[in-house]
Amino acid sequence: MADRKLGKQTVYFENGPFVAGGAAVVGRKEGEGPLSEWFDFRLKDDRYGEKTWEKAESKMLKEAMMLAMKKTGREKSDIDLVLSGDLLNQIMSSSFMARDLQLPFLGLYGACSTMTESLLLGAMLTKGGFAHNIVVGASSHFCTAERQFRMPVEHGNQRPPSAQWTATAAGAMVLSEKRSSIRVDCGTIGKVIDAGVKDANQMGSAMAPAAVDTILHHFADTGRSFADYDLVLTGDLGFVGKAIAADLLIDAGMDAGLVKSRYDDCGAMLYDRERQDVHSGGSGCGCSAAVFSGYILKRLQQGDLNRVLLLSTGAMLSTISPFQGESIPGIAHGVVLEVC
Amino acid sequence: MKKEVQKKDIEAGYAAYVKPFTPKPPYLKNCLWAFFTGGSICTLAYLANNLLMEGGMEEKNAQTLVTVGIIMIAQLLTALGPFDTIAKTAGAGVIVPISGFANSMVAPAMEYKKEGIVLGAGAKLFTVAGPVLVCGITAATAAGVIYWIAGLF
Repeated sequence: MADRKLGKQTVYFENGPFVAGGAAVVGRKEGEGPLSEWFDFRLKDDRYGEKTWEKAESKMLKEAMMLAMKKTGREKSDIDLVLSGDLLNQIMSSSFMARDLQLPFLGLYGACSTMTESLLLGAMLTKGGFAHNIVVGASSHFCTAERQFRMPVEHGNQRPPSAQWTATAAGAMVLSEKRSSIRVDCGTIGKVIDAGVKDANQMGSAMAPAAVDTILHHFADTGRSFADYDLVLTGDLGFVGKAIAADLLIDAGMDAGLVKSRYDDCGAMLYDRERQDVHSGGSGCGCSAAVFSGYILKRLQQGDLNRVLLLSTGAMLSTISPFQGESIPGIAHGVVLEVC
Repeated sequence: MKKEVQKKDIEAGYAAYVKPFTPKPPYLKNCLWAFFTGGSICTLAYLANNLLMEGGMEEKNAQTLVTVGIIMIAQLLTALGPFDTIAKTAGAGVIVPISGFANSMVAPAMEYKKEGIVLGAGAKLFTVAGPVLVCGITAATAAGVIYWIAGLF
């Protein structure tokens, strides 16, 4: 069996697996943002015809997966495995999606890093011959995350400017051993990094060191640098976290010009900072899931991007850990997608 | 030998490093808004109170009626949606008066209604107001005890 390990944290694939395609379903606010036209389906009402927010999120994830299958010409019977996760306790949205979908399902929790976690695991399982077609995905919903991690939605509290807005969004991709125009090139599994940030309104600065750590390890393992990528995209560091990550990268010796032109963050792209009142930008599993599955895949398919490093970033706090005085551990997993 | 870096040093160093990147809340603006909105609520309440008393109501009843009125308006605004939008700007101006208390009861009641009247709304009704009440009542009791002891001498 071929050795697929590269350096300390990286796995590489040759000649596939391939990303057959993907789909993104977003909420109303996200559908009014700058990336609106790249998403496949925009909800008019974030309740999505369901009785609860949780069911609405679950339905969004299911719809994203069904759309991804449909767009790639696959029937449900072609899919061997579904890998997904979300932010809710006991990954409710994913489990309930799987209840409806009736396909073999492995649930994942990586907080907001779930999209690249599922993508990376899906690619490894496909490459290993354990599945022919895998659907991977992740979701989040402003109202479900808000009530679980913070306050009831209608509670009148003032959010500090460093706070981020949990995206109401879901994204899914179909991974396949069958050749298509985008291949998964390699992936870097992140370590949990804790810089000691305790304020849950500063997720960006809590997660930035984890993202930078994974990027630097990725470069060390692969011998690549910013020059080898058209875009390096983190998941949900937001405006504050993005600025910190860029500064840390330059400080670590990366070319400042390239960091400026080729590094970006989904949380900073999803909303209009001036118009949409989201403070420090977007967050949540769905933020990177929708931007990767909607915007990035389409741009790769169109050929304006050739090789990208995608890193979903997760804050691995629980609902009780901040009250126990714990700081917020961060994680980031990287996946490289390449046009072939 | 290199001195080993302590975890708390990293934490302190990182906190200092990220500080310039992290935008601060506009404290002065928030304070001014809170002053004017909170002040306006109190002035209007006093006005209503005086009008009721001029109409012949007893002071005690007028005060109760005005308080209940503020609670009702806050509850209505929470239920219909605009309260959190107002509070975004007004901040402490609407949170500190009894309107904030009303909001902190209605918001969870609406949020957890889906989990049932008893185990949903009933169990979570005080999630926001509960800690304030417990600490407030405890502090008031402590102050009362101190006051009582001081009165003995």
